[in-house]
Amino acid sequence: MSDHEYTPKSKFGKWFNDRLPLLTLASHLTDYPTPKNLNYWWTFGGILTFCLITQIVTGLVLAMHYIAHADMAFDSVEHIMRNVNYGWLIRYIHANGASMFFLAVYIHIFRSLFYGSYKSPREIIWIIGIIIYLLMMAAAFLGYVLPWGQMSFWGATVITNLFSAIPLVGEGIVTWLWGGYSVDNPTLTRFFTLHYLIPFLILGLVVLHIWALHVPGNNNPVGIDIKKPSKDTVPFHPYIVIKDGFALLMFMIVFAFFVFYTPNILGHADNYIEANPLVTPAHIVPEWYLLPFYAILRSVPDKLLGVVAMLSAILILAALPWLDTSKIRSAVFRPLYRQFYWILVADVLILGYVGAMPAEGLYLLVARVATAYYFLHFLVVLPILGYKEKTLPVPLSITEPVLGGSPNLALAKNKENFKD
Amino acid sequence: MKNFLRIFLITSLVFGISVKSNSAEKIEYLTTDWSFKGLFGKFDRGALQRGYQVYTEVCSSCHSMKYLSYRNLAEKGGPEFSIAEAKAIAASFEVTDGPNDDGEMFTRPGKLSDKFVMPYDNVKAAQAANGGAYPPDMSVLVKARGGGVDYIYSLLQGYEDPPVGMSLDDGVYYNKYMYGNKIKMANQLSDGLVEYGDGTTASIEQMSKDVTTFLMWAAEPHLESRHQMGFKAIVYLIILTILVYFSMKKIWSRIETEV
Repeated sequence: MSDHEYTPKSKFGKWFNDRLPLLTLASHLTDYPTPKNLNYWWTFGGILTFCLITQIVTGLVLAMHYIAHADMAFDSVEHIMRNVNYGWLIRYIHANGASMFFLAVYIHIFRSLFYGSYKSPREIIWIIGIIIYLLMMAAAFLGYVLPWGQMSFWGATVITNLFSAIPLVGEGIVTWLWGGYSVDNPTLTRFFTLHYLIPFLILGLVVLHIWALHVPGNNNPVGIDIKKPSKDTVPFHPYIVIKDGFALLMFMIVFAFFVFYTPNILGHADNYIEANPLVTPAHIVPEWYLLPFYAILRSVPDKLLGVVAMLSAILILAALPWLDTSKIRSAVFRPLYRQFYWILVADVLILGYVGAMPAEGLYLLVARVATAYYFLHFLVVLPILGYKEKTLPVPLSITEPVLGGSPNLALAKNKENFKD
Repeated sequence: MKNFLRIFLITSLVFGISVKSNSAEKIEYLTTDWSFKGLFGKFDRGALQRGYQVYTEVCSSCHSMKYLSYRNLAEKGGPEFSIAEAKAIAASFEVTDGPNDDGEMFTRPGKLSDKFVMPYDNVKAAQAANGGAYPPDMSVLVKARGGGVDYIYSLLQGYEDPPVGMSLDDGVYYNKYMYGNKIKMANQLSDGLVEYGDGTTASIEQMSKDVTTFLMWAAEPHLESRHQMGFKAIVYLIILTILVYFSMKKIWSRIETEV
């Protein structure tokens, strides 16, 4: 990115860097030109990196004390909570960390949707992101099974049973996943192994995600390309580092509040009851971050089609760069898209709400309408909008709106939207 | 900063919805002034010690507490019995140990390191003695019920005559806070059932409050240090955030863009 080659000052540095250009990489990362108009919605990438590292570190410590055995898992978690030094702290950080991770990833995804960050030339970044999101859901689900409480057990039973919807081989696949004829000890041990593996896969994909980001550079709230790097960008360090750091600290305050003052509010009480294959809980509900997809799954009367709908709801995002036909990236200049965007946000929140409710009566009806609208948004609204929408004039460079020196009236009126 | 407020509002909205939907409780539970709630919440030692008394004299004949050890009774943040008192409590129980060198199991007085003695040998024995219902282990009971402490506190005081027209089987009782209103545990508390050493009047309400406080501690033995550490951590983070905010302002003042 930078126009000058980096040369280390010391002799050893030069010798080393010629053989492994780590210093060149470090120099690239610190100098990385970043649009100077990025707002706080752009700080969630850094926050997510923090979340991933927190989960890996606390997870490693938990794994030292946890016992992946159907008869001992629940006991070992209580052992961590009671007898391991600061075990309660590490476990509560890990359990709430999952929720904070998803909170951050949803903000990150919806930021991308608002500012059109998935559009050319950033499709690969976006698709890697979707894969990371899928792996996150897998990791979170597998992790939720490990304490071997009632929700762990029955959640695992419900989700693995989804595979039985596959024609012909479904039942066989479920038995293969379980390692037996029901969710039991073999299921737990393999879930533990996979739960340990996936975060490292995510870590690798995060490296690719950032690498792919560093090729075209960041999108920005105005959604136009950098014209003059010297005018439109700032070096990543110290400008973005300190800003991300500030946002991260704000995030950590919220995080700490959950960990120290309401550590169990995001979990389900039933998971403090040890798994019992003979007693089914009254309502089996997943964690909050999976509720919208759970609602989609249940809104389809046919099991197989329900699974297909749920998976499509996520995979459709991968096609988004091609479904959205508008040439304009940022919603700031797309008055109609902006409205549909907020309807989509409301739609997903509604899906999350009905996902937590019993699938009957009005809830089911609302879930069906919301599911239909979800797909409508991506398959119909977005493609048509790109052709029909009258977009607002886009500024010539990102410095223009930032400095407020725009001669364009429409722009001046819109300035409020991307000022901060 | 304007953006922050927006992020904050949306965040709290999303969480508000998910939290609310997680607790779809309709019944209004009784509540009381729990000393352990709030930013600086601590357990009331007296209530914990009295609660332990209620547990041993009343609940423990059916309900186990398998994750607690007698040493916990003397630990900081708990009932804080003295070591000598905890030792005496432990010694008042008979613990099965072994096998010894002859391969025999034997009984001996309990030690601080022993787990709370279980009332039944196994779940089946517990069910057999209780009309088929298993009295749940109480170690994490408070966290395992949707309504938490308020639910337990209410349930203990929720015994009533069944409404007209409702017939109950033998060994089933009516409780207005129980899920489905039918409970297999008879009303256990009556005024003056236990005699508190500290002179507190053992009303049903008082005993319910004390034993529920004890159960809260049993489920969250590190609650006090959690609250203390949480306060320090959050104050630290807020100070650091303010410092970083001004550093950021200073750094960004080198260019015209606002941050």
